[in-house]
Amino acid sequence: MKKKFFALMMTMVMVLSLAACGGKAETSAPADSNTPAQSGETAEGGSTFKLGTIGPLTGDAAIYGQAVANGAKIAVDEINASDSAIKFEFQSEDDVADGETSVNAYNTLMDWGMQVMVGPTTTGASIAVAAKAAEERTFMLTPSASSTDVIAPGDNVFQVCFTDPNQGIASADYMADNMSGAKIAVIYRNDDAYSQGIRDTFVSQSKANNLEVVYEGTFTADTATDFSVQLTAAQAAGADTVFLPIYYQPASVILTQAAAMNYAPTFFGVDGMDGILTMEGFDTALAEGVMLLTPFSADASDERTQNFVKAYQAAYGEIPNQFAADAYDGVYIVKAALEAAGCTGDMSATDICEALVGVMSTISVDGLTGQGMTWAATGEVSKAPMAVVIENGTYVLP
Amino acid sequence: MEFLSYLISGISLGSVYAIIALGYTMVYGIAKMLNFAHGDVIMVGGYISFCAISYLGLPGWLALILAMAVCTVLGIVIEGLAYKPLRSAPSLAVLITAIGVSYFLQNTALLIWKAAPKVYPSLIPTTNAQGESNALQLFNGQLSISYISLLTMASCIVIMIALTLFTSKTKMGKAMRACSEDKGAAQLMGINVNATISTTFAIGSALAAIAGVLLCSSYPTLQPTTGSMPGIKAFTAAVFGGIGSIPGAFLGGLLLGIIEAMAKAYISTNLANTIVFAVLIVVLLVKPAGLLGKYVPEKV
Repeated sequence: MKKKFFALMMTMVMVLSLAACGGKAETSAPADSNTPAQSGETAEGGSTFKLGTIGPLTGDAAIYGQAVANGAKIAVDEINASDSAIKFEFQSEDDVADGETSVNAYNTLMDWGMQVMVGPTTTGASIAVAAKAAEERTFMLTPSASSTDVIAPGDNVFQVCFTDPNQGIASADYMADNMSGAKIAVIYRNDDAYSQGIRDTFVSQSKANNLEVVYEGTFTADTATDFSVQLTAAQAAGADTVFLPIYYQPASVILTQAAAMNYAPTFFGVDGMDGILTMEGFDTALAEGVMLLTPFSADASDERTQNFVKAYQAAYGEIPNQFAADAYDGVYIVKAALEAAGCTGDMSATDICEALVGVMSTISVDGLTGQGMTWAATGEVSKAPMAVVIENGTYVLP
Repeated sequence: MEFLSYLISGISLGSVYAIIALGYTMVYGIAKMLNFAHGDVIMVGGYISFCAISYLGLPGWLALILAMAVCTVLGIVIEGLAYKPLRSAPSLAVLITAIGVSYFLQNTALLIWKAAPKVYPSLIPTTNAQGESNALQLFNGQLSISYISLLTMASCIVIMIALTLFTSKTKMGKAMRACSEDKGAAQLMGINVNATISTTFAIGSALAAIAGVLLCSSYPTLQPTTGSMPGIKAFTAAVFGGIGSIPGAFLGGLLLGIIEAMAKAYISTNLANTIVFAVLIVVLLVKPAGLLGKYVPEKV
C-alpha cells in the first residue's frame, strides 16, 4: 500500500515538473526563432546583441513577469524587423519573483552570453540581482522594480519606472494643487516595501503641502481580503479622499466593500492601480471616478501606444499593462544607449556596461511611458507622471 | 454606532472562519488528522462556482450545488488516494501528506486558472441596478449590514446546528463518534471505519465548498492562494474553541473574527494579527484544550 502511494506521489511530481518545463519552453522557443538569420553576425555594418529579461513567469506575480517578457519581445521583434543597425537576440528566464532564483536566472543568462539585461521585474528579485550585476559590471535596466534600494548597489543599474518616493511626492503635490482642503485617509500594505515606501514619502510631503491626513490604516498580505473596518474608520474620521498606494487586486476589494457600505470618497491610486479595469470579473462601474497616477495608459490615442496595444493584443490576447510598456521602453532605451555609445556586438558584457554607463545620463528617450525620459547618474529616471481619472471604463485626463 | 458597525464586520468575518473551522474540526474529531488541504478545497469550491456563474451563466444556488458536488468528490478522492494508505502510519506522515496535497491543489489551480486574480461575482450583488448599496439599513442608514453578511451568519448557525444533530442523532453520526473514540473497538462492533471516515471527508469538503462560495462572495477576490490564509485562521479558530468540538469551532471562529475587527478598529491595524494570536496563547495557557474542548488524559 505504502509503495503504491509513494509511486503515485512520484508520478505526480514528475507530471508537475514536466508541466513546468513545458511552460518554460513555450516562452523561450519563439524568442529564439527569429535569431538564426543574424546570429552574432554583423550584417551590413550592424551588430547583434544578446539581451535577457528576468521575471516571474510562473507563481503569484506571474502577471507582471509575463507582461515584461511579452512587452520586451514585441520591442525586440520590431527592432529586428526594422532596418536598424542594432539587432537583438532575446531570452527570458523565470525567477518566480524570488531573489535567489533570480540570481540563478541571471547566471543562466550570463552563461548563454547575455550582454545587456532588461530586468528583473520585481523589487525583491532586482535588489538581489543588482548586487551581482554591480559586482560583475553587467548593464542592468529594470523595467518595473521601483524601490531606490534597487539602484543603490552600483552606477550600472538603471530604472524605467518611477521610484517609490517619486510617486508619493507626485501624488501629494497633485492633491495639493488640485484637491485643496481634502481630508485624506491612507490605506496601505505595511509588509510591502513598495506600498510602505510610497506611503512614507506621501505622508511627509503632505505635511509640507499642508494636506490633512485624518486616518491611516494598514493591512498585510494575510489580511488583504477584508477592509470593512478600515473603511468604516476612514468614514468615521470624515475622509473624503482615500489614497491607496497599493496594487489593484486589494484595491478592487476596497472599492467593492466601500460601495457595499455606501461610502463614496475620491479614491486615488498610483501605478499599482493600473490593471484594475482588465481584472477578470471586476465590475468597472465600481472604479468610476477613481484617480490614479500612471505613466502608461493603454487607451492613449498616440500612434505608438495604439500600435503597441494592437501588436500585444494580437500576440497575447490581452490589453498590455504598464509593466509590458515599461519593458518595451526598456528595450528601446537599451538600443538608444547602445547607439549613443557606439557599441558593437563583439564587445564583452563588461565593456558594453562601461560604455553604456557613460552615455545613460546624456541620452533622452521618448517612450510609451513618458516623453523625454532622462536618467540621473544614480540610475533614477526623470519623467512626468500623468494623473488620469477612470470614466466609463477608460482612463481620461481630468 | 461605529462600534456596532465594527462588531458586525467582526461577526461576518468570524462566521466565515467558523464555517471553515467546522470542516477542520469535523475531520480532526473523527479521523484524528489535521487536513491542511481543507483551505485549498475551499479555493477549488470558489473556482468551480466562479466558472459556473461566469462562464456557464448558471444561477448562484446551482453554482453552489455544483461546487459542493465537485468538492465532495474531490474530498473523497483525496482521502482515498492520499490519506487512506497512511491510515496506520504515524500522524506526522499524514500531516506532511496533507501539506503536500495542499501544494498540489494550489499549483494545479495555478496551471488551470493562472495567477491573475479573478473578481468573484457575489451571490447577492453588493449594489443594485441603481448603484445603491444593497444592504439592510438600520438607524436611518447609519448602520448598514450587507445581505451577504446576513446570509453568511445564518448559514453558519444552520450548519452548526445541523452538524450537531447529525453527529448526535443519526446512525452515521453515532458511527463517527465511535470511530473518534476508538477506531479498533468501532471496527470490532461492526462499524465500517473506512466508509465512515470517507463520509466525514465528503461532508467536510461539501462544507468547504459552501465556505468557499460565502468567503468569495463577502471578500470578492479569487486566486490560487485564496484558501490558505483563511484556512490557517480557521484552524486557529478551531484550536481556540477546542479542536474536535463542533460548538467550539463555531464559538472560536466568531470570537477570532470579533477580536480581529476590534483590534483593528481600536488598537492598531498594524497589530491586529499580533493581538489575535496573543489572545490565543493566553487562552491555551489557561485552558490547554481550548474553550470548549475536553481534556483527555493520555493513558499509559
